[in-house]
Amino acid sequence: MMPRAQMRVLPDSRRLHLHDGPIDLIVEAFGAFPEVQAAYDAACARFPSVLDELCAELTLLRRQCHPDSRWPEGTVARRMFAAVLPYAGEYFITPMAAVAGAVAEEILSAMKEAARLSRAYVNNGGDIAIHLTEGETFVVGMVERPDRRSLFGMLTISSADPARGIATSGWRGRSFSLGIADAVTVLADRAAAGDAAATMIANAVDLPGNPRILRIPACELAPDNDLGDLLVTHGVGALTCRDVDDALASGVSTAERLLRVGLIRAAALNLCHETRLVGVTQKEISALPERSLVHA
Amino acid sequence: MPDDAIRCDACPVLCYIKPGRTGSCDRYGNHDGKLVRLDPHVMLGRAVERGDSLVPFLERSENWDGTLVSHGDTFVTAIGAGTTYPDYKPAPFIISSQVEGVDMVTVVTEGIFSYCGVKVKIDTDRHLGDECSTVRADSEAVGHVTTSEYGSQMLSLGGVRHLTGGSRHEGTATCDALLNLCNGKAVELEIEKGATVVVQAGKAPIVDGAQEERMRVGCGSATIGMFAKQWFGKVDEVVVVDDHITGVLSEHQAGKLLDIPETGIKLKGRRSTPGRYFQVAEPGTSWGGTNIDDPLLILGKFNAKKAWPGLRLLMVSTTGEHHAYFELDQNLRPKQAELPAALRESVARIKENCEPALCTVLFMGGAGGSLRAGVTENPVRLTHSVRDALTRVTCGGAPVYVWPGGGITFMVDVTRMPQNAFGYVPTPALVAPIEFTLKLSDYAALGGYLDHVRPLDSISSEKDGMRRVAAHQRNPWPLAGAKSK
Repeated sequence: MMPRAQMRVLPDSRRLHLHDGPIDLIVEAFGAFPEVQAAYDAACARFPSVLDELCAELTLLRRQCHPDSRWPEGTVARRMFAAVLPYAGEYFITPMAAVAGAVAEEILSAMKEAARLSRAYVNNGGDIAIHLTEGETFVVGMVERPDRRSLFGMLTISSADPARGIATSGWRGRSFSLGIADAVTVLADRAAAGDAAATMIANAVDLPGNPRILRIPACELAPDNDLGDLLVTHGVGALTCRDVDDALASGVSTAERLLRVGLIRAAALNLCHETRLVGVTQKEISALPERSLVHA
Repeated sequence: MPDDAIRCDACPVLCYIKPGRTGSCDRYGNHDGKLVRLDPHVMLGRAVERGDSLVPFLERSENWDGTLVSHGDTFVTAIGAGTTYPDYKPAPFIISSQVEGVDMVTVVTEGIFSYCGVKVKIDTDRHLGDECSTVRADSEAVGHVTTSEYGSQMLSLGGVRHLTGGSRHEGTATCDALLNLCNGKAVELEIEKGATVVVQAGKAPIVDGAQEERMRVGCGSATIGMFAKQWFGKVDEVVVVDDHITGVLSEHQAGKLLDIPETGIKLKGRRSTPGRYFQVAEPGTSWGGTNIDDPLLILGKFNAKKAWPGLRLLMVSTTGEHHAYFELDQNLRPKQAELPAALRESVARIKENCEPALCTVLFMGGAGGSLRAGVTENPVRLTHSVRDALTRVTCGGAPVYVWPGGGITFMVDVTRMPQNAFGYVPTPALVAPIEFTLKLSDYAALGGYLDHVRPLDSISSEKDGMRRVAAHQRNPWPLAGAKSK
């Protein structure tokens, strides 16, 4: 039988593309050539069983997480569980909220164990696990909306920063959202934690009861979704400036609480072209390098 | 298991997928109860978009009748040439190719246009709003109603004042509306004290929820002239109702030539020349772009000395969409009757001769600034070269009209450009492709970056992230017929 997972080096000869079912990773490692080779070998060795491990416990992972819930067995599943546990007492959350970040983290960890890399990233559809050694940096572009190719700013993460995970959530993305944020981008210590936090902040960017927001039970869109009959955002009509302010303020208040307890390091919340920053100043978000784009 | 969902067994997630939806991978979907695999490259496509610049090649379609050597069959457009992904630095694409033995250069850039807008032509007789009325999108002012033209209403949207001169929200709403219009998407526009109209390039306008079908066959007076012979003998009087110029058969020159007798009809409004009336009613969205639903409202009493009982009267709009047939009673009052078969044909003929109503969107931008510096160290020489027609400007491979006067201010029909050719930056401003094509020797003469010129052969789909698309059939080939100095 043909192996299900697809693993190949992209045409640029630098990056690795790993694909299996709903998992789609872009991986890049930096360092001496044999080390990069070893890291990619390790990623390819670890990757093929990840989806099966997750699916073996899928029923449990789709269930609401409570503080006293049973821990799952798999290493990826345990990363997911650990990431959502801080929210379990207060909110509805399932371990699936952190699945993308947890998979990215797992692959990165396999690479780090196998090779000495100066830096590396594993990008799982916008949820990114990064590795930085002393003095290294990554420049991250942040999108205003996940369905468009438009960056609103760039952020440099250096080795001195604690953040090693980046995640983006919003109703226009691949997963369902209870809120109306176009995109919430979060920096956290780890990718899975960032994934869970971005989900919670994006849920909080909301206008409960506003008739311009179309909400549909998640199960009507995807019968076996982990959100069951919870109403998820399916459309957002024209909002007034006031609506946009109110919805973002609600998200900011959640983000500030998470920042205080160290669950996130920074967040950028986007709705209708408006951006709010938490834990980071406008100055730290560098303007876009315009490259060959020039002012006409 | 929900009965209308199907189970996907492509991977161990085993999603239940509802009709019309995809599974968690976005790759397998339920199409009419069957599991189908969607675009197999969607995921990779996204990944590639994240990391690589996608600069489409235009590829000449096979039925091109040109005689150019094969080398001239590929043209690199600027679409995607300037993506802003971190860690990726595309060299400016300056491509050389040989056309009919002449070395040509195409300089490919994406420009950020703070000075830009769209001119929209909406084929309709309906009154969309007064001239100078504000046009809103997403509750923000994005432009205004400008002149009424033949069978159509023009809107002027965008421009630097809306993009940068108002509030931030006004700027982003304007940018959004322009981007969507230029990329061929439908945009709902609200006209102050007027109609709400849905505009989409190349599609029929939707005015206050009703889709416009036809563009007028002519003004009311022209319609009389075109159809007078066909009405002759079948009806005594015809009024073609038009908010601009209403025509009356018996008084019109065309009726006189056919010796149609006077009918004693009395039109409201201002008479211009015989059989032509202005302002018979107020502008509106009903009969012939007026506000009336009952056509008799534009008629006064028939002159008893001239009219006669049984006089047959046809009233019709400039598109044939509205029509009514009357006969005068003993008191010379029009009584509505069924349209006789012989006249039904002429009304159908009016409809038949109307063209389909469309919205046309022309992007207008000015490349007067630093964009030229990416082409040459001596920017004004590029302007001169364009003005002297030594340099051809194209927008995503589509021909442009360059305005006379200063700068390089051009207009382009967005439907002739490849799909999704436009982008934006949150400044806010639109990003549009622009290509300058000229002879290599001319390029050298205007101080071009000769050391950055790359032969076309050196560009690879894989390394440079190029995507081939077929050239638009109606467009002249961008490299054809290069003018020599």
